[in-house]
Amino acid sequence: MFPTDKPDPSVLRGMTQRRFGRRDALRLGGMSAMGAFLAACGVQGQGKPQASVAPDAVAKFWGGKAKNGKLNFANWPLYMDPKKPELKKFTEKTGIQVNYDEVIEEMGPWFAKVQPQLSAGQSIGFDLMVITNSIQFGQFRDAGFLAPLDHSKLPNYVANAAKSYAQSSYDLGNVFSIPWASGITGIAYDPDKIKRPITKLADLWDPEFKGKVGMFRDLQELGNFGLLAAGLKPAESGEAEWRKAAAKLREQKDADIVRQYYDQSYVDALGKGEVWITQAWSGDIFQKNVSDGTNFKFVIPEEGGTIWTDNMTIPITAENPVDAITAMDFFYEVENAATLAEYINYVCPVPAAQAAMRKHAAALSGEDKEYLESVASSELVFPGESDYAKLHYYVDFNTAEEQQDFTKIFDPIVLG
Amino acid sequence: MTTTMPAPETTVTPPVPRRRLIRFGGVQLMHLYTWLIIGWLILPILVMILFGFNNPSGRYNQTWQGFTLKWYGQLFALEDLTSALILSLVIAIAASVISAALGTGIGYALGRHRFRGAGGMNLIMFATMSSPELVMGASLLTLFVSLGVGLGPLTITIAHVMFSISFVATVVRARVLTLDRSLEEAAADLGANAWTTFWKVTFPIILPAVFSGFMLAFALSVDDFVVTNFTAGTSVTFPLWIWGATRVGLPPQVNVMGTLIFAAGVLIAVLTSIRSRPRRQTG
Amino acid sequence: MGRVRRALAPYLLVLPGGLWLLMFFAVPMATMLSLSLQEGDIVNGYVFTGHWQTYVEAISDYQTQLIRSLVYGAVATIILIVLAFPAAYWIAFYGGRRKATYLFLLLLPFFVSFVLRTISWRLILTDDGFLLRPLKEIGLLADGFHILGTPVAVIGGLVYNFLPFMVLPIYVALERIDPRVVEAARDLYASPITAFRRVILPLALPGVFAGVLMTFIPVSSDYVNSEVLGSSETTMIGQVIQSQYLSSSNYPTASALSFTLMAVLLIGVFSYARALGTEDVMKVAAR
Repeated sequence: MFPTDKPDPSVLRGMTQRRFGRRDALRLGGMSAMGAFLAACGVQGQGKPQASVAPDAVAKFWGGKAKNGKLNFANWPLYMDPKKPELKKFTEKTGIQVNYDEVIEEMGPWFAKVQPQLSAGQSIGFDLMVITNSIQFGQFRDAGFLAPLDHSKLPNYVANAAKSYAQSSYDLGNVFSIPWASGITGIAYDPDKIKRPITKLADLWDPEFKGKVGMFRDLQELGNFGLLAAGLKPAESGEAEWRKAAAKLREQKDADIVRQYYDQSYVDALGKGEVWITQAWSGDIFQKNVSDGTNFKFVIPEEGGTIWTDNMTIPITAENPVDAITAMDFFYEVENAATLAEYINYVCPVPAAQAAMRKHAAALSGEDKEYLESVASSELVFPGESDYAKLHYYVDFNTAEEQQDFTKIFDPIVLG
Repeated sequence: MTTTMPAPETTVTPPVPRRRLIRFGGVQLMHLYTWLIIGWLILPILVMILFGFNNPSGRYNQTWQGFTLKWYGQLFALEDLTSALILSLVIAIAASVISAALGTGIGYALGRHRFRGAGGMNLIMFATMSSPELVMGASLLTLFVSLGVGLGPLTITIAHVMFSISFVATVVRARVLTLDRSLEEAAADLGANAWTTFWKVTFPIILPAVFSGFMLAFALSVDDFVVTNFTAGTSVTFPLWIWGATRVGLPPQVNVMGTLIFAAGVLIAVLTSIRSRPRRQTG
Repeated sequence: MGRVRRALAPYLLVLPGGLWLLMFFAVPMATMLSLSLQEGDIVNGYVFTGHWQTYVEAISDYQTQLIRSLVYGAVATIILIVLAFPAAYWIAFYGGRRKATYLFLLLLPFFVSFVLRTISWRLILTDDGFLLRPLKEIGLLADGFHILGTPVAVIGGLVYNFLPFMVLPIYVALERIDPRVVEAARDLYASPITAFRRVILPLALPGVFAGVLMTFIPVSSDYVNSEVLGSSETTMIGQVIQSQYLSSSNYPTASALSFTLMAVLLIGVFSYARALGTEDVMKVAAR
């Protein structure tokens, strides 16, 4: 799906990067008796650092596992037609009953929520979860919380997925994850309130919209927009650039331009008129317009937007992993990928879905036909090369320290 | 908003001649003021009830779009919401039964016996009642994470019992302190042993207090959000479900459930007070 | 034998509940204290190093939110006293036979979930909602005017949610006042104001104190109201702690902040108690 001739620099870095090592923090000298007591009730390591996946890890995990006929699926809101046609089809085809929960609304809280269970080796109640390639993806991966995928159980994925996904730096070779959908972070606005067309990031800094601007709470989303607004490239950024970006964001905040730093609730805020212009995820705005009859606009700013990928993963403690991987592969059947993308309007990881969608459109007439054709040719669902030129991947971290620095620099802005 | 409320009482019988008491900005004014406060307290409840009858076209129940009763018919249509409510009720029952039992023990001991350590017990009870919920929830999270205990209904129940015990104990202790000891002495004189005396004489007397403690614990548990949020893991109780759903729009069923819980609570409270009234008048 | 059993009885009664409180109140506090002095990260685990600098960093990073929370807590508590006193006074002295009914009406919000009540306020105060929209249509307010996201909304929500906790203790204290004492003061030619100041107020003070105790700590450490009704301009320390635990998984900083908050609140409450200067006050509060 990422049609690049040269490997992305962040991909190269991903292949050469050093994995997080256990910190040599055993500085116990000079501890008092009280200290020793307190140390005794300390926290054990929350997982084993994953140097690399052992060659037999896949066999070890999947050995002796069988289909159980049920699946607990944790996903984000607005990520499937509320009538769940794909899941119905899945159950018909495989006999697996699916319990689909829209419980993930932000990556940080999701990690914090499931981390105690995962490190205790207990089921989190879900067999399949969709997680973003954010800071927490690395935490899930490095703590050994994700099951290695058996690619022999993913024939449709192997046949139909866009090849470039296997080169993503957060999960090289799709060892732990395969994409659910990618998305573009841009700007959404309400043309009833804002009369001029919005084209650039600077509009988010416009004092005219004081108190009516929404920004994301997720530090990657926020930090990357800060970088782009300051004219910096996320892929080439380090601490100095992050500080500049933070200063830019601080300026926006101190001028009272930002109403709030949102998680998934930004859609609600836009709908209520609480914000007029906001950072937004491409597909959400489509769905909001379709379901509520609103007329919000979504644009990729001139300075660029970010592109991210939400990935299907199996928690290591999953009770029904075979059912989960069956479902993962199901969504890579061209037909299913097409109907899903038709509804959610996010970037589809299956290129062949575009042709399928056009075929669906040809069978329809009138408004429905027009709508489907517009989806099939939408740059937000099937981006072309020129679109990718405007899109940036998230900032990449080489070490845990770097990631902590990043967090420390941007956290105080959100927590104002 | 005030028009929807019952007409205020115009005649009141003050305990002493009105002249004698202190006029503080006019009694009528204060009367009106009290009603304004009550109106303000009730306003969001009325809004909640009202929007349970709303008929929104999309996913977002935020503007009035017409009257409907359909949400009462589809009360249990949202499986997640229903199971969250059930989980809340199950946890509340378990937590209130356990804390009623443990709290009664403490309350009875503190009210009846003088013993070494009673001061410490009082202190820790006071501490649990006045500590910020946030800090209690967070510290439990650190404990469970340190012990490698996964979070779920069990840890929620443990937490709820923890903050409820002291309330039950306080209520029971207050009742035990007012207990007439001669009743127990009479029972002992008539040859009852300590065990029989407790179950036949003392317990029936303190039972109303135990029951109040139980109800209090139940109410605290069912409504708890802060501590639960820290100890729930991926389990979802009723308040947690509402919290999560606000980000994508609250379905009208939540308003309906809120309305029904409100109605049930008020009904139980009114019935209890009517039943206990005659006794109080004789006493 | 019987005497031994009698002596043991209170301990046996206290033991199960006491152990529970020890295990799940005292021990967690110790764990949290320990964690605040550890270093590491959630993936690789934490190691005790006695790194007290976490406190310094945490306090300097989040002093704005800490101070803001204390200010909101103090302002909300003062508003609570001012709002609650007249209502409690009227019900206590003029409520007559309907006292119980009035108190019941004041307690009605407790029959609705705390979270739901607060969300209901959000619906009422929303920018284009039924309260503000009409005022904007007739031009009384600017189109961009909003209450949500301001300190007014957050403090308003806090006051709303905790009002019954202030009314009740003040009511209980006032209700106990023997009207004859007031009468006596008037007979001795005290003016209404003097009688109020010299007789009623001192007798009501324990109630006010109990009210403050029941509101100031939870209000200052609240995070629901600011989360639902506020914005980044109103972030309270509770939100920071919540987010450090449940979003950033930064346990040491979160634990250090929790301890700091608790220490500050307890110091605040105890110095307030000392300023009032009576031991009786503590006793009333404890009851």
